[in-house]
Amino acid sequence: MTSPIALQDANNFYVSCERAFDPSLRGVPAIVLSNNDGCAIARSAEAKALGIKMGDPIHLIRDKVKKHGIAVRSSNYALYGDMQRRILAAIEPFARDVEIYSIDENFLDLAGFEHLDLVAHCQALRARVEEWTTIPSCVGIGPTKTLAKLGNAAAKKNPLFDGVADMRDEAVRRWVMDRFEVEDVWGVGSATTRKLAELGIRTAGQLADMSMKQARGLGTVVLERLVAELNGVRSSVVELVEPQRKGMAVTRSFGRPVTELPTLLGPVAQYAMRAGEKLRQHGLVAGRLTVFFHTNRHKPERPQHSASRTSSMHPMTDDSLELIAAARSGVERAWREGFAYTKAGVILEELVAADERPRTLFEDAEGRDRRQRLMGAIDEINERFGKFAAIPGVQGFRREWKQQASMKSPAWTTRIEEVPRVRAK
Amino acid sequence: MMSAVRLSEVSWELVPREARILLCRTPAGFPSPAQDDMEEPIDLGAWLVEQPAASYVMRVDGHSMTGAGINDGDLVVVSRATKPRAGSIVVALVHGDRTLKRLRKLDGRLWLVPEAEGYPHTIVDENVEVWGVVVGLARRYQ
Repeated sequence: MTSPIALQDANNFYVSCERAFDPSLRGVPAIVLSNNDGCAIARSAEAKALGIKMGDPIHLIRDKVKKHGIAVRSSNYALYGDMQRRILAAIEPFARDVEIYSIDENFLDLAGFEHLDLVAHCQALRARVEEWTTIPSCVGIGPTKTLAKLGNAAAKKNPLFDGVADMRDEAVRRWVMDRFEVEDVWGVGSATTRKLAELGIRTAGQLADMSMKQARGLGTVVLERLVAELNGVRSSVVELVEPQRKGMAVTRSFGRPVTELPTLLGPVAQYAMRAGEKLRQHGLVAGRLTVFFHTNRHKPERPQHSASRTSSMHPMTDDSLELIAAARSGVERAWREGFAYTKAGVILEELVAADERPRTLFEDAEGRDRRQRLMGAIDEINERFGKFAAIPGVQGFRREWKQQASMKSPAWTTRIEEVPRVRAK
Repeated sequence: MMSAVRLSEVSWELVPREARILLCRTPAGFPSPAQDDMEEPIDLGAWLVEQPAASYVMRVDGHSMTGAGINDGDLVVVSRATKPRAGSIVVALVHGDRTLKRLRKLDGRLWLVPEAEGYPHTIVDENVEVWGVVVGLARRYQ
């Protein structure tokens, strides 16, 4: 018998974080925008009810925002990160182990707590999180991660569960799965959804009833494991859904369009720098770097251009300076005059663990060692003194292209000069 | 009982040569007598904020709590893990306005009471939410 798993997931996390310190956002429709104020990435229940969809570009919903007085905020990751830290501290005593799945979702290993009424246990956890942070959340309990996730979705959707759905209960499981569309199941893509539809499989319940053989016949191991998970048999579906990172990307939109090559080199160098930092954090090296930039696709009446260049990194590397050099030369080769570029990015692929990196014949071991120490030092400086305290010269010091965040709330919990004010008047 | 040990010649390659070396600093002067008793410097922040995950720092704006020793511009540490009781200094939302008051029981009812002349009392009803309890105060004079 395996121990039960719970998934704790904060409701409308970014909006809830904003509401914690801005009471004027309570009870009114509110949304939080992505980096650079592009599109809606978090919506309060009221905003959802008004038909605002996840990912709606702000320029397409402006009328709705105005008409209904929807409150709009830029994303404030300093705040969200701090609130996540508080949530983790609050839930930690409720589980043997916590696995952070995303900024607002945590898996809990409930081994050692089975003798308790786990629904009551998870209710207490929800209450603790809300008490400490004001942030409401829902919990799904199940024998597998997939079922816990399904339970969580059900608890969010249906108030009958009062925030906790226990999928270990056969009746609950059946009820939830028969109402859960297959395309919403974790790890089921659109191609698989189509194939399943042809077989008349539209709900998670029908998917669970599918034979393993049939699942395998449909072509993917993922699906087969998913069927197992839905039946309460633990499978490494999670690792399969999220395989060892095949690639990573650092991309951003610019606050104002970039029309000159030297101005574009700055942000691109910064993204390459950041990508290198991520690689080193995960102990990986990359074999391929792609740099791209393009004009504003939402303004088709303006001249459009989109460019990208890929370079092989040989030997594979995690050295930001090498990545910057490759990105830079890519941009120089692909640059075309006469366009207003609004977005650029650096994508790294062919990632392998640094210690499994294929060696090349002409490696300068000593030079490499020195560079690694340099990178380590830069990472340390940036960690201690804030992002981009130490930067290669090409990144530039005037960051004119830095993204917009015009409706951003203060760093309420992390900067002493921005803490909330309390009236004594 | 004694046992005999026989020594025989061993080829150089078989002798373990990787010696572990412990590096330590040997200063030329006198060793610091404090070396073994070093402690961390006093961390006022940690002392002031006992439960960081449930505590929030806020800046006081106004003079209505000067009687409680809390001045305009002070920083207060507000805990959401501490249960408010009659007598606690609390941060409360009154019609959505964040305000600093003392919670008091008067005639069997809870009130938000200022501690300076000329400020109104507020009865705790459905328009009032006690947000947190003040557990610390910080002020700098320069």
